[in-house]
Amino acid sequence: MTSIAKWITQAFEKDEGEELIQHQAKPYSNPYLVGIGLGIVLLSAFVIMGRGLGASGALSTLVAVTVNSIAPEHSVGNNFYSEYIGDSSTNPLKDWLIFQTLGVLAGGFLSGTISHRVKKGVEKGPRISTKMRFVYAFIGGALLGWGAKLARGCMSGQALTGGALLNLGSWVFMMMVFVGGYAAAYFIRRQWI
Amino acid sequence: MNAPFYKFDYFNADVSLIIAFVIGIAFGIALEKGGFGKATILTSQFYFTNMRVLKVMFTAIVTAMLGLYFLSVMGFVDLSLVYLTPTNLLPMAVGGLVAGLGFIIGGYCPGTSMVAVATGKLDAMVFVVGMIFGIFVFGEMFPAIESFFNSSDMGTITLPAYFNLPYGLVVFFVVLMAIGAFAAAEWGEKKMAAKTGKEII
Repeated sequence: MTSIAKWITQAFEKDEGEELIQHQAKPYSNPYLVGIGLGIVLLSAFVIMGRGLGASGALSTLVAVTVNSIAPEHSVGNNFYSEYIGDSSTNPLKDWLIFQTLGVLAGGFLSGTISHRVKKGVEKGPRISTKMRFVYAFIGGALLGWGAKLARGCMSGQALTGGALLNLGSWVFMMMVFVGGYAAAYFIRRQWI
Repeated sequence: MNAPFYKFDYFNADVSLIIAFVIGIAFGIALEKGGFGKATILTSQFYFTNMRVLKVMFTAIVTAMLGLYFLSVMGFVDLSLVYLTPTNLLPMAVGGLVAGLGFIIGGYCPGTSMVAVATGKLDAMVFVVGMIFGIFVFGEMFPAIESFFNSSDMGTITLPAYFNLPYGLVVFFVVLMAIGAFAAAEWGEKKMAAKTGKEII
């Protein structure tokens, strides 16, 4: 019995070893080639739709719809919520950015699966606990959500899209993102390096 | 045939949602392939160890900008029909600063966090919950900051219009700037790699 157990264990160990080799994550692509690809995606959006890419807008619609369904009287007088809810002629969830964001989730999963890069894990440097990483992730997410709404867009809608359209406000936004990032990088370095 | 196609009613709103999904898939693939689903890669931009964010971002901007420039000069795309976010200078600058802080603290931006969620990053899921909270807080305080949100309104204005320069010249400047930034990034990465002894992914 023990020898069978040993044999099974060994067989599995061997399998795992093989699996590791087979399923090793592929390296990321050349950044300039990816940039050209991303630029063509953005250009297609301009040519086909007359608009660029976005990300934070989909979450804004979700928040506005949720607030509106829980407390409709509360969202009525609020111009921020009502802009995302729109008039009642169409369903606010039938929104371009919602479908585009669903596509981003699908595309990310597809590409990650093909390259064996889908793996449950936490992104952090070696000097910080997972719990603290989650705290920072929440705070950072909240700041980004708030900042993107004040700026009328995020890195996709402003920096990338507006950048290519040579939009004045988008370039100011982009420069300020780098200023904010570099200014705080030193103080938050334990999280990443 | 004239572009933007949607603005010339080549297809209806329902079809546009299918197109949104397809374009989103391509967007997601590009971000994932670029390594943008990993917070450690995204934030290394701010420690000068890996300049992928700058390289991908500026190459994409230059590619789309050049494409749009030539297509509009050829008369194929009507630029006035491509949506341009109006500029409210002060709220955009403050929003950008806060978003930059959120980026380095949280590790992602909204688009990249979606890719990170799709590839199993638990911290990205927490980040998205944080974003939803931040947007909710913004919505709740909106009546109080609405006047600031709408302040310094400059309308829809591009860099060529603001500086009163020809469109093509600004395009040329941006290309030059990008090439300069790429050269600096390559040089800086080599310097940092020599210093830390780490290979760049």
